[in-house]
Amino acid sequence: MIIAAIKPYKLDEVREALTAVGVRGMMVTEIKGFGTQSGHTEIYRGAEYAVNFVPKMRLELVVADSLADQVVDTITKTARTGKIGDGKIFVLDVASALRVRTGETGDDAL
Amino acid sequence: MKHLFTLAGAGLFAALPAWAQEAATDAAEATAEVAAEVVPVMDKGDVAFMMIATVLVLLMTIPGLALFYGGLVRSKNMLSVLMQTTMIACLGMIIWVTYGYSFAFGGSTSPYWGGLGKLFLAGVDGDSMSATFSAEYVIPEYLFIAFQMTFAAITPALILGAFVERIKFSAALLFSAIWLTFSYFPIAHMVWDAAGLIYNHGAIDFAGGTVVHINAGVAALVAAIVVGKRVGYGKENMAPHSMVMTMIGASLLWVGWFGFNVGSNLEANGGATLAMINTLIATAAATLAWAVIESVLRGKVSMLGAASGMITGLVAVTPACGSIGPMGAIVLGVVASSVSYFFVTTVKAKMGYDDSLDVFGIHGVAGIVGAIGVGVLASPSLGGAGFMAEGGTMGAQVYVQVLGVAITIVWSAVVAYAALMICKATVGLRVPEEAEREGLDLTSHGERAYHM
Repeated sequence: MIIAAIKPYKLDEVREALTAVGVRGMMVTEIKGFGTQSGHTEIYRGAEYAVNFVPKMRLELVVADSLADQVVDTITKTARTGKIGDGKIFVLDVASALRVRTGETGDDAL
Repeated sequence: MKHLFTLAGAGLFAALPAWAQEAATDAAEATAEVAAEVVPVMDKGDVAFMMIATVLVLLMTIPGLALFYGGLVRSKNMLSVLMQTTMIACLGMIIWVTYGYSFAFGGSTSPYWGGLGKLFLAGVDGDSMSATFSAEYVIPEYLFIAFQMTFAAITPALILGAFVERIKFSAALLFSAIWLTFSYFPIAHMVWDAAGLIYNHGAIDFAGGTVVHINAGVAALVAAIVVGKRVGYGKENMAPHSMVMTMIGASLLWVGWFGFNVGSNLEANGGATLAMINTLIATAAATLAWAVIESVLRGKVSMLGAASGMITGLVAVTPACGSIGPMGAIVLGVVASSVSYFFVTTVKAKMGYDDSLDVFGIHGVAGIVGAIGVGVLASPSLGGAGFMAEGGTMGAQVYVQVLGVAITIVWSAVVAYAALMICKATVGLRVPEEAEREGLDLTSHGERAYHM
């Protein structure tokens, strides 16, 4: 499984690039968090608030082992702008997978 | 049938020119006699205009003020603000017709209140008339009552911006009822009634700078101090949850303010158009001024700044719109924005009170700028329509303006403090801390504003 946090506006670009390399599904969540990129300050009349968590998109993809490196590579290339805040990618092993409709398991379920 | 009869009558006149001439002369003489006595008449144009002005002021409160304030609080308190605004306005209306109108305009010669003569609108019917600013014209008293009712409804609703997000719903209502009774009605009488104390000092308050804005602003400051800060104030993020709602609310307030200011002329005539153009110009100038100040001092121009500038200009021009010129309105708007900006960004932070939505910083401060500014800008030499006293001077007018402001500040502060103490001793002022943390929508009203 590949978990990636990317800049929200990069989502469509990343999805297109992943579809092109053969990814057939992924999960997307709007998240907030912080990393190297710090937040920003918002001012409402006299009140200043530090916003420490910045919005990101979290992608979760479960793919066949053979595709994993290519997926990581594609996300890295597409989501990179070279500035702080481009995001992170984590790769995990998955114990099992099952397609609810048919009951298929393993790579067949992906 | 009637038309036919009239035509036949005209034919008869035509056939007998000498007789017609005589009749016309008689009629002219009769008119001259009537004019000498000045029997005031109702004008349907005024009536139509004032009915529209009345509902425009209602629009200011719901949804205008409700959305303006609602957008400024956190999403967990959105409904509580909408509810407080709505219910305070409704309560104010019922109080107004039962005894408020009598307390303010009941016909007593006391300089402080209108007496009990018109309790439950006693003696008023569809044929009762109220005076306007022209001796020749009157408007139906029901219309005057309804127009003034919308003012009594919005004024206590303005105050609640000082204690939103923590006040008990019952306390908000009880406070409003007491404060209306002992501050709003007497001040309205003092400023607007011919027997009123401040009116007879010769103070100018065209549409309620002292009665509505200073009155509410001062009560709000006292309430913010007595009720205390929100839990987590200064530490937690209390950013407005929807600047979009605030923008919609502020814009509706601007539109509705035409009812407030222009309607205060009571007649659709040249004076009304002066109030109209001033309400546009002062507001535009104040909005621009706030934005310029922000861009110079902060580098970025905010939507909340623009909305704040808008309300500041509207408040400042309220007492002044009938007596200053359009160029004076620009000056007034710019000055009001500058002073209010300084208050909400610097003074409030230094003093440390939590006037959550800046009711005092905007309504109180801009109200004072407007009330005193009109004493200067009403000068014919500055394009104004002149002072209250025949041959009066600027110094004398400014003096009575300051006097009116001072009386209002002291009166409202004392009544607000007493009202808060009564609330504290009876229903209690604040919700429990857990309820405040969870949000008033769920804990006071059992609802949530957004399901997303």
